[in-house]
Amino acid sequence: MARLSNPTALIAAGLALALATGLSAREPIDSHNSLADIIRGVQPKLVKIYGAGGLRGLEAYQSGFFISPEGHILTVWSYVLDTDVVLAVLHDGTRYQATLVGADPKLEIAVLKIDVQHADYFDLHSAVEPDVGSWVLAFSNIFGVATGDEMPSVLHGTVSAKTELQARRGAFTIPYQGPVLVLDAITNNPGAAGGALTDASGRFVGLLGKELRNDLTNTWINYAIPAGELTASVEAILAGRAPTSRGDSSTPRPASPMSLEELGLVLVPEVLPKTPPFIESVRPGSPAAEAGLAPDDLILFVNDHLVPSCAAVREELSYIDRIDPVRLTVQREQDLIEVTLRLP
Amino acid sequence: MSGRTSLPRALRGVWWVAGSCLALAGVAPVDARAQTPSVPAAVRQSEQERIEVMARAIRPTIAIFEPSGRGGGSGVVVTPDGYALTNFHVVQPCGPFMKCGMADGQIYDAVLVGLDPTGDVALIKLFGRDDFPAATLGDSDTVQVGDWCFAVGNPFLLATDLQPTVTYGIVSGVHRYQYPAGTILEYADCIQTDAAINPGNSGGPLFNAAGELIGINGRGSFEKRGRVNVGVGYAISINQIKNFWGNLRSGRIVDHATLGATVLTDERGRVVVSNVLATSDAYRRGLRFGDEIVAFGGRRITTANGFKNVLGTFPKGWRVPLSFLRAGQRYDAYVRLAGVHSEEELWRVVERPVAPRRPQPPQPPGPQPPDQPQPQQPKDEAEAPDGDVQFAEEVRRSYERRRGFANYYFNRLERDRVWQRFASDHTCPDWSGDWTIAAVAADSPVEIRWEGRYLTGRFPDGPARIDLESELGDQRHPLGSGGLLAALHLWRRLLVLGPDQFGQVIYWGDAPLVGRTGLYDVLVAYYDVVECHFYFDRDSGRLLAMEMFPDSMSDPCELYFDDYRSFRGRQLPGRIRVVHGDQRYADLELQEIRVSGLMDNSQ
Repeated sequence: MARLSNPTALIAAGLALALATGLSAREPIDSHNSLADIIRGVQPKLVKIYGAGGLRGLEAYQSGFFISPEGHILTVWSYVLDTDVVLAVLHDGTRYQATLVGADPKLEIAVLKIDVQHADYFDLHSAVEPDVGSWVLAFSNIFGVATGDEMPSVLHGTVSAKTELQARRGAFTIPYQGPVLVLDAITNNPGAAGGALTDASGRFVGLLGKELRNDLTNTWINYAIPAGELTASVEAILAGRAPTSRGDSSTPRPASPMSLEELGLVLVPEVLPKTPPFIESVRPGSPAAEAGLAPDDLILFVNDHLVPSCAAVREELSYIDRIDPVRLTVQREQDLIEVTLRLP
Repeated sequence: MSGRTSLPRALRGVWWVAGSCLALAGVAPVDARAQTPSVPAAVRQSEQERIEVMARAIRPTIAIFEPSGRGGGSGVVVTPDGYALTNFHVVQPCGPFMKCGMADGQIYDAVLVGLDPTGDVALIKLFGRDDFPAATLGDSDTVQVGDWCFAVGNPFLLATDLQPTVTYGIVSGVHRYQYPAGTILEYADCIQTDAAINPGNSGGPLFNAAGELIGINGRGSFEKRGRVNVGVGYAISINQIKNFWGNLRSGRIVDHATLGATVLTDERGRVVVSNVLATSDAYRRGLRFGDEIVAFGGRRITTANGFKNVLGTFPKGWRVPLSFLRAGQRYDAYVRLAGVHSEEELWRVVERPVAPRRPQPPQPPGPQPPDQPQPQQPKDEAEAPDGDVQFAEEVRRSYERRRGFANYYFNRLERDRVWQRFASDHTCPDWSGDWTIAAVAADSPVEIRWEGRYLTGRFPDGPARIDLESELGDQRHPLGSGGLLAALHLWRRLLVLGPDQFGQVIYWGDAPLVGRTGLYDVLVAYYDVVECHFYFDRDSGRLLAMEMFPDSMSDPCELYFDDYRSFRGRQLPGRIRVVHGDQRYADLELQEIRVSGLMDNSQ
């Protein structure tokens, strides 16, 4: 929002626009109950997602929504998904174990899949782009207050501004700096990330993002990533072009593969079958040290392949010839860092 | 109201500002005000309606100030004689007296009436008028997600001019269950809203678009952003408060209920009984481990949370319908709910010393009352005592401290109201001699005769006798009745002696009766270990039913009084149905009542 020279004027203008557009034929005046009806129609598309976490500030839940009748769920890519068992709870309380189809670390989105046939879903291609000042509804699993067959929470607001995101999480600037819809309602609370933003008629508008602070003012911001920014990435994930786990052992392995030891990386001891691949130490002078990797970095991707465990990192490296470069995406605190390592 | 396309009043100003901005930029060089008429009539009408609804809703809203002025919250008047609802956690630091400001600019004295510490509700009474503006109660079960609603109150204690603040939003969720957050306080079946609920809003009203009271705001989800609204506020549903209304008017510290059984949602999504106390009424009515709960309190049950939601809306002691499945067979029963807390526990919570405070608290995680009081710090010697604030004599006289009660004065008031209505022609103060009741049960004669220390009964199955000077709870004759003779003795005792001489008799509140609609005033009378519940009809004043509990773990002997007619000039029941457990024991048709020592013993 730093790019707005006079945000107040813009918001005021937006509200004026709301008066104008709000009364146009596009949004006819409905009877009092219609908002309740619209919300009832949207809620089955929402999914409550439960996974890893549970400590204070690391809630073990988030939101998502169906994007296909076959049970594809769009959500945010986060530590919540970093577990073997990700649970998707539908509007009627039915519970499914979800599998990860793929993720886009730049947009911080992920697509999950559950085994259903006729899900109520948002068609991303028929999403609408709201004007500044448009009424919007935010659907999410905010604060985890909706359990079982309880419906997700709904907040109302208006689009205050359309701008580019300049925000950070903790001390780190987040990777996505594209367009966002800034909202006047407090939509981005714990558990809200991955929720759906719709217009006043319940048509898909965007994805509620993670909790972030404005880079300049240090205030929490309420925003959604517009549908237009999501579709290409989601299509890539669905087409299998996006980073996923390799999941295919038929690929030939090189005779002399890359190894952690040569890269100068020591991972944490594997106390669990799926120990997350945190870096324990970095050997000074090694390629890893030169690339700036540090203890406590969490390795998310090896050459764009998702590596949920220490074992998965070793497995991925075993497919890479030691003469080739290897690209690692690591999470440091809340920041994503991408480095390319090459053996000397 | 068509909230979706109409804009709040405040935005009309913004419209003008926006117009100005555009004009300065040279984009729309027109007089902004000239555009106002382009707003369609329907929108302006809907806006006008909302303005009127809010103007009405503001009038019964009160700002509550702790006597020293250091803390407070909000509330809402619900009867013209000044009964008002607020949160327990708002009045807790106040003690029995508080000052309440209304939008008319006046400050009224108020006294504490009843407390529901678990549900976080308090009833207070304002003095000084008999024509207070009172909120109209809505039906919170019809509230839908997406309904427009608004909160009125005293956020951040801003109402120094006594003018309440209105915040507007939609219903974000219904039937929410909020776990106790480190206290006994539990929000069951509450309404979630994105209307701003801030510290100081606690205890204030949540209205629907028609201006009907649908809830009492009291809690919000807060987290890293500090203890200010983040779009997630919770209101206690007004339907729950309706259930507790009589309980609160009783001046008691009222308790919530437990089924005596725990439930969980199993892997097939069924709500099943995971544990049931053998001493509970639910067990006696047939509920067992593994049974699937399908309906409770008139609501279909699909989740364990849904069950807890329903349970949380009922006071201790109510009999509530329960339906469960076992091996495909459905069972329907009325189950008497036990209390959650001991009286000792509730008393400790209420008596916990707390300091009033400005709403600038720290922020523990999870949902919290926005202005929950903290344990009191040692008092600064230099600080002025709270007693400096003056209250009218009438207000001071309306408080009577007694253990177990929020304010015993109101218990006596309600007990006397019920008794005086009943006593007009239903009691028998002159009939202190021995009674003989001649009756018919199933075409056979029945005689019940008091003789000194003994009460004997001749029933079709044979005679029975109890010793009135021994423990009544141990003498449950005749067999199968659950203690009919003891129950009749205590019934007669109440009719003859009245509540003052009976022993301890308190007003309990109101409760439903199986087989009847509506709620009935309940007096509870204690006689040694025996506890009797007397149910009175509010309109006729008549005693409709009585339950005699010989001990806390047995089914009571239930008497249902019917066919009231004149016996020796007094209105007494011509028929008494006797029920024990799931069985009807007898229908007694009363023929005659003779009383020894009465001048005229003829009919």
